[in-house]
Amino acid sequence: MITYSFIFLAVLAVATALGLVISKNTVNSALFLVLNMVSLSGVYLLLQAQFLAIIQILVYAGAIMVLFLFVIMLLNIDEEESLFNKFRIKYFVAFLLGVGIFAQLIYSIGSFSDTLPVVSAQMAEAGTVEAIGDVLYTKYSLPFHIIAMLLTAAVNGALLVAQHKTKPLTEEND
Amino acid sequence: MISIDWYLALSAILFCIGIVGVLIRKNAIVIFMCVELMLNAVNLSLVSFSSHYGNVDGQILVFFSLAIAAAEAVVGLAIIIAIFRNNFSVDITQINLLRW
Repeated sequence: MITYSFIFLAVLAVATALGLVISKNTVNSALFLVLNMVSLSGVYLLLQAQFLAIIQILVYAGAIMVLFLFVIMLLNIDEEESLFNKFRIKYFVAFLLGVGIFAQLIYSIGSFSDTLPVVSAQMAEAGTVEAIGDVLYTKYSLPFHIIAMLLTAAVNGALLVAQHKTKPLTEEND
Repeated sequence: MISIDWYLALSAILFCIGIVGVLIRKNAIVIFMCVELMLNAVNLSLVSFSSHYGNVDGQILVFFSLAIAAAEAVVGLAIIIAIFRNNFSVDITQINLLRW
């Protein structure tokens, strides 16, 4: 059962990732990314990481992607032309680079094949909200508070960058 | 049961799709989404190691990486809006003010 679920979720994740890259419409790309994150959260459930599965949907599919969709709506971007009609050399080099990095990663993964056959039995208790909160508020208390400050600083910085009234470049050059 | 190799292979595939997407797309927002895809792929490999070793520290690291990704998305999208306000385009081939 787990095997079939993993195959389904993996195929869904790869297909939606390809759709994100290939799709011409930006909104379609964003929706493909949402589907990709939902399928990844299913994979987290297979790995017995319940807390992260929920957080993945809440934070990524819920918050970050809504932000992306708002920005896409705000900018009103027109669709790109067909992706594969010119600059063939560039696409070829990009594809070669991707395949090269993939080959390297697979080679390094193959070097410790079968060292860790199954999901550890401890994960049934270790992946819950209770266990993660126990570690997060004791051992990792300082990084947790620093990350809170970082998020506040990021929001303030984003407001400053996005609201700043600047003149268009063409007028400054006169 | 599935061994850790398959989870890592899925992570590698998603990461490489993200790399190719960053390299071939011209729309800045789509490039940004491909970066998010790569972050997700790395998160997947962290979670799979954490689960297979039965150690919760990897999941804490993923939690922090999620928070960093949220901060990065907020600031990056603000920068894209600021660029759009100046250039009226998010096509990265048009944004070449600092290009040599």
